[in-house]
Amino acid sequence: MTEVWITIAALAAATAAIKASGPVVFGGRALPAPALRVISLLAAALLSALVVTQTVAEDQDLVLDARVAGLAAAAGALALRRSLVVTMVSAAAATALVRALT
Amino acid sequence: MRKRDLAARVGPGARAGLPLGAAGLLLGVSFGVVAEPVMGHVAPVVMSAVVFAGAAQFAATAVLADGGSAAAAIVAGILLNLRFVPMGISIAPSLRGRAAARAVVGQGLVDASWAIAHRGGGRYDVPYMLGATLMQYPAWVAGTAIGVLAGDVIGNPDDLGLDAVFPAFFLALLVNELRDGISVGAALIGAALALVLIPVAPPGVPVLAACAGAALGLVRR
Repeated sequence: MTEVWITIAALAAATAAIKASGPVVFGGRALPAPALRVISLLAAALLSALVVTQTVAEDQDLVLDARVAGLAAAAGALALRRSLVVTMVSAAAATALVRALT
Repeated sequence: MRKRDLAARVGPGARAGLPLGAAGLLLGVSFGVVAEPVMGHVAPVVMSAVVFAGAAQFAATAVLADGGSAAAAIVAGILLNLRFVPMGISIAPSLRGRAAARAVVGQGLVDASWAIAHRGGGRYDVPYMLGATLMQYPAWVAGTAIGVLAGDVIGNPDDLGLDAVFPAFFLALLVNELRDGISVGAALIGAALALVLIPVAPPGVPVLAACAGAALGLVRR
């Protein structure tokens, strides 16, 4: 149990420091235009990487499992311009369905 | 910024954060279910309250569940959180106030809140982001508590497809970011970097490295 509490305390401190770092070091001043152009693309690059890792990564392995069906359902819901909640529920339902059938 | 203006922008962020809170609740439940056998009843809820970073918490818990040391769990969690460094830099030009105040605002960085607060061209609506985070924080902590207590009833959260909720959610946020050819290019580079690095780098590194896709912004047009 000691290991658990050490992990929690250290992760809490490290996460707070990591989240504060950008705002403290770079905050309150204008960045040069090229930096802003990079920043404006950061969300696209990071979100697409999160989609990839959360869909096909299992630790350090690439796997194709029921999550892929969930992502496809989400893409379908988005193409039909459904709400965020419908998109997420569709993904969970499709994934659960594939798992139940396989 | 005057206080009244601030409140006027936190409110819409909080409304936009409601579905994010619903997602956070579901993910919190699955974290509680997964963490309870490893940490007992109290520690998972405390962890959600003081760490408040889902991916890092799942990763650290997985390491401990496999019999790994605290040091290994901490490193795994930190790697998954390093993406908050570039995210924090991205909101920095939109911040005012003293360093201590900016450090506090930085605690409101959450993937989803950050993404919906992007106003294009590298500008971020920070009060809007904080409003969205205010919805997710209690949902995440309460969800964890529910998962810890109701784990026996819920069974394996993966049977409900809960692990597909977040990629779906990030996909929805991504679609909003694809404004032009160059943002599509950045997304494709980010996805490719993540895909290539998953088998060779520890979890967290692929997403961090994918930020390099944003360097497309330096290409002359």
